[in-house]
Amino acid sequence: MSDPILIATDLKRHYEVKGGFMKPNAIVRALDGASFSLTPGKTLAVVGESGSGKSTLARVVTMIEPPTEGQLVIGGREIGPDGAAGDRKLRSMVQIVFQDPYGSLNPRQTIGQTLMEPLLLNRPDIKADERTRRAREMLTMVGLRPEHFDRYPHMFSGGQRQRVAVARALMLEPKILVLDEPVSALDLSIQSQVLNLLMDLQERLDLAYLFISHDLSVVRHIADEVLVLYLGQPVEIGPKDVIFDQPRHPYTKALLSATPVADPAERKERIKLTGELPSPMNKPEGCSFNPRCWRRLEICTKVEPPLQGHGHCFACHNPVPDDEEVAA
Amino acid sequence: MTDAASQTASTPNLRPPSRFKEFWSSFKENRGAVIGLFVFLAFLLIAAFAPLLAPYSFDAQDRSALLVPPFWQEGGSTKYLLGTDALGRDLLSRLIYGARFSFFIGLLVVTLASFCGVLIGVIAGFAPNWLDTLIMRLMDIILSFPSLLLALVLVAILGPSLINAMIAIAVVLQPHFVRLTRAAVLTEKSKDYVTAARVAGGRPLRIMFRTVLPNCLAPIIVQAALSFSTAILDTAALGFLGMGAQPPTPEWGTMLAEAREFILRAWWVVTFPGLCILITVLAINLMGDGLRDALDPKLKRS
Repeated sequence: MSDPILIATDLKRHYEVKGGFMKPNAIVRALDGASFSLTPGKTLAVVGESGSGKSTLARVVTMIEPPTEGQLVIGGREIGPDGAAGDRKLRSMVQIVFQDPYGSLNPRQTIGQTLMEPLLLNRPDIKADERTRRAREMLTMVGLRPEHFDRYPHMFSGGQRQRVAVARALMLEPKILVLDEPVSALDLSIQSQVLNLLMDLQERLDLAYLFISHDLSVVRHIADEVLVLYLGQPVEIGPKDVIFDQPRHPYTKALLSATPVADPAERKERIKLTGELPSPMNKPEGCSFNPRCWRRLEICTKVEPPLQGHGHCFACHNPVPDDEEVAA
Repeated sequence: MTDAASQTASTPNLRPPSRFKEFWSSFKENRGAVIGLFVFLAFLLIAAFAPLLAPYSFDAQDRSALLVPPFWQEGGSTKYLLGTDALGRDLLSRLIYGARFSFFIGLLVVTLASFCGVLIGVIAGFAPNWLDTLIMRLMDIILSFPSLLLALVLVAILGPSLINAMIAIAVVLQPHFVRLTRAAVLTEKSKDYVTAARVAGGRPLRIMFRTVLPNCLAPIIVQAALSFSTAILDTAALGFLGMGAQPPTPEWGTMLAEAREFILRAWWVVTFPGLCILITVLAINLMGDGLRDALDPKLKRS
């Protein structure tokens, strides 16, 4: 196994929200202490419900926003508060593909211009005709045709646009690709095409993926490792098969039980969570999952459980026992 | 690997139409806009070649022919096709020269107002909160005055002349551009392609003027076209009140003001300048509407 290309230690991102008249400002803990690492050729999937801090994580890793606390090391270099501003090499390392293929392409630029812009800005050593050549090559690589080069985004379908977005992200030959729900806006048949393209590209270019999704069947298809995020905090992290087959954190268990299975013969026990995701401005004391947990103990309301374990880590005082499924 | 859609999209059609062709094909679908454009172009040509087209100079007086009616009326003569005014000047020549002033006014006012307005608007859209608030409250103050009254005050301070009237009108029109640009910038700014440009390494200035501004242009162009007519109208109004162009300048509004006392005796001295203003403004507004339909990608069918 090769060395990790990105190491994040205890990443935090807090936003300050105006409290309004005569009220103190509140702090939203959108991301509250995430640690993980990315390895070339591997995919780390981040899952969690809406508002769990997935997209904030994407923005921090892409250096769009600086982390409030914690350490982010990319390619052996620590990222300062300026992010990648003024550092073209660092800029080229991490690129992102957004969720909405309709908003992520500039409607006034042709596909060619969109693809060449990153090169124009970051690689002044590359001549114009070389830029064109690379952009055309990239179009073929993501499965589009060379004649699409001079067209505008509004002439494309969602799946094609997402391919363009992937192509743009790859123009700088990044080592890390952050995929912020890249297929959730596409319909099912196109989803699998784009996913296969992504997996194919990963194999060819040895990319590290940070794959953000709330669709567990997609995650099962593409991930090597899975990180489960709840209220900005990782509650469980481990290899895909272990997480899917033997989840230890009650939240992971509940998430998994909510995925539909296309097998009517399989009897499933659906765990229903009650209540809403608590506000990240006002987190419950102790374990942040305790108000919705069905395995809550006395200690859960008082002490925050640490993330512990080796390879497969989880933060829970009363984890789901390993053999629960066997017993059932 | 290829989408089914990409195969249909790439049936052997030739190169995609150029941007101008695309614009023209959607613009010409609107008949009113095309008519407006042609009227506008006709006035533009008249303005450009005024000395060649006008039978007389705009200030040449004929003391023997005061208030001569147009040629088709009793007492009119083909010497003065649209008649003469109270000082014996040929109305047609004055109107032709007047087109020059109107276009000059429209062009200068719109250029001035839109340039400053767009610049301030983009800055406000990207500025930190306090600066944005400062700029917008300033614009609100300007907008809270009735526009003609504010223009009058400004002209009174600067002194009545055509240039000062134009500056005053530009100042009055410019907050509209600021607001429009800022609003467009704020909606565009939050879109993913702007973030993508930032991730691609775009500097703030490039993001502001190369990435975001072109996507805000459609409403600005429409506003500019419509402001063109407002500028002509407002200058005419200032001229009518004696605060704009000064006689003997053949500015249409000033001509109206001079002719006011003859409104019952000689209908033509009032009607023709008024008609000129009406037709120009109408043509420009029609054209502006067409521009909006053609330029706004959200209304496009493809």
